[in-house]
Amino acid sequence: MADEQKPGGSEAPSPPPGEGAKPPAKLAADAAKPAPPKPAAAAPKPPATMAATAWDSDLARAVKERFGDGVPATSTYLGQDFVVTRPESAVPVLEYLKLEADFDYLVDITAVDWPKRGERFDLVYIVYSFPHNQRVRIKTQIADGFEPHTATGVHLTANWLEREVFDMFGIRFAGHPDLRRILMPEDWQGYPLRKDYGILQQDVRWVQENLGIESGQ
Amino acid sequence: MPDTFLDSTELVLNMGPQHPSTHGVLRVILKLDGEKILGTDCIIGYLHRGVEKIAENRTYAQFNPYVDRMDYVAAVSNGLGYCLAVEKLLNVEAPPRAQAVRVILTELNRIASHLLWLGTHALDIGAITPVFYCFREREEALKIFEQYCGARLTTHAFRIGGLQYETYEGFERDVKEFCRMFPPKVDEYEELLTNNRIWAGRLKGVGILNGDDCKEYGVTGPVLRAAGVKWDLRKAQPYSGYEKYDFEIPIRENGDTYDRYIVRMREMRQSVRIMEQAVEAIPEGPILGKVGKVIKPPVGEAYVSIEAPKGELGYYVVSDGSTQPYRVRVRPPSYINLQALDKMVRGALIADVVAVIGTLDIVLGEVDR
Repeated sequence: MADEQKPGGSEAPSPPPGEGAKPPAKLAADAAKPAPPKPAAAAPKPPATMAATAWDSDLARAVKERFGDGVPATSTYLGQDFVVTRPESAVPVLEYLKLEADFDYLVDITAVDWPKRGERFDLVYIVYSFPHNQRVRIKTQIADGFEPHTATGVHLTANWLEREVFDMFGIRFAGHPDLRRILMPEDWQGYPLRKDYGILQQDVRWVQENLGIESGQ
Repeated sequence: MPDTFLDSTELVLNMGPQHPSTHGVLRVILKLDGEKILGTDCIIGYLHRGVEKIAENRTYAQFNPYVDRMDYVAAVSNGLGYCLAVEKLLNVEAPPRAQAVRVILTELNRIASHLLWLGTHALDIGAITPVFYCFREREEALKIFEQYCGARLTTHAFRIGGLQYETYEGFERDVKEFCRMFPPKVDEYEELLTNNRIWAGRLKGVGILNGDDCKEYGVTGPVLRAAGVKWDLRKAQPYSGYEKYDFEIPIRENGDTYDRYIVRMREMRQSVRIMEQAVEAIPEGPILGKVGKVIKPPVGEAYVSIEAPKGELGYYVVSDGSTQPYRVRVRPPSYINLQALDKMVRGALIADVVAVIGTLDIVLGEVDR
């Protein structure tokens, strides 16, 4: 379970240091052995950040011009375009895209948890334009406890999508008309898709009270 | 008789989660005025297995079988979407032979999914006969899956980069035989239902959702097409070689339950058309593209979506450069289409709720994940 909290995905802090502590003399030599391949493996290591490039188009320029500092970057990766916004600009950008650029279909809202980062969550909106057959993502970084404004005023479908993000990550959407848990039981404690929520973790009290068993495992 | 007897007050009625017409474990709380629906509240999550959490604790290849368990009547589509998303992250493409076989199996699965929908939907409405016919033909489709990969329902047919297995001896023959046999059977179903007065009476004008509402609620698939929006991802953003095949997108104008029925019936015929073309020209060659034994996409993210039988099925996959996905988000069409239920049944009768749940073609495994 401990290994699930490594967003860097590096092999460096795994076995050698832990095992080496127990029988020091013998394993010191062994530990030296697996060490050499590591720098070798590290050499062709892919970059630790997404190799996104700047996205430049009429739409990207229009969004940047309209929102100024609210949109620090427009990028593209693997041919998929996204707009990076400040947290408070995400919904205005959605609204702008809907009303002025025909992005009339909100495909999805989701989040990604990066617990080691100051602004812990990536909040991701995916929109699509039927007239232009184009898809754009809107990404914003928010801190734990920050309450982004709801997008239900722009797209009705945001209702359940935001409820699921709240249910799974504990991100509360300010002004949401009906912010209840949707997939988990209403009185469940904890937010399962946070990285610090273990794969075997459960709300033991809930399980005991409602299912009448000691443990769900 | 005292006045209070006829005094109409709101009544709250619970439907499900064990109600047979809710196709699984959907619970709908209905607020009623007599038999008229004033509002609904869907309680879902009974089948929640934390698929997205599991993904973060499995390697890319290990997670592949799990996606079959979401929309379990269209497992092949789920697998295709996931494989395409990871292939996008890896920046590889499946070889032509794999793409052609993928298209055949996915369309076969679309037919199997639509047949299950038709059978159960008709059963909900009270037409008992079609379900037997539908399962008879669905069996033929499942037999091909079984021959191909040993499984009938949760097929795990594809592998990241191509196919799991080479096709079996006689695969083309079986598919051609299915394509020959199937269209007359659709005629048979249509003879039973399309001009049936009771069927039309129960469906026409029920659960109307127009094109603008569909977009507003993010509703896709046959529901959107029945509302006059000619949009199908196989045409709009072709994947897996769909641009090579000649087929039409059936649409209707009214956006009611009857139109959705017509659209799905025509889609089955179009699927046969695609399969006929694909099976005639399965290229020779490898079935697996250039992917390593260990799948380790570079740091990045991708959103890839396909036209599943129920609508737009999307996968948003984030890689941190390790062998396990950092995050997999599934954009399930059933979940998002179900949200429009409230809009569709307001002002209708209780019996219409059953028709509308049927016509939305939801699978709770996918709603709850």
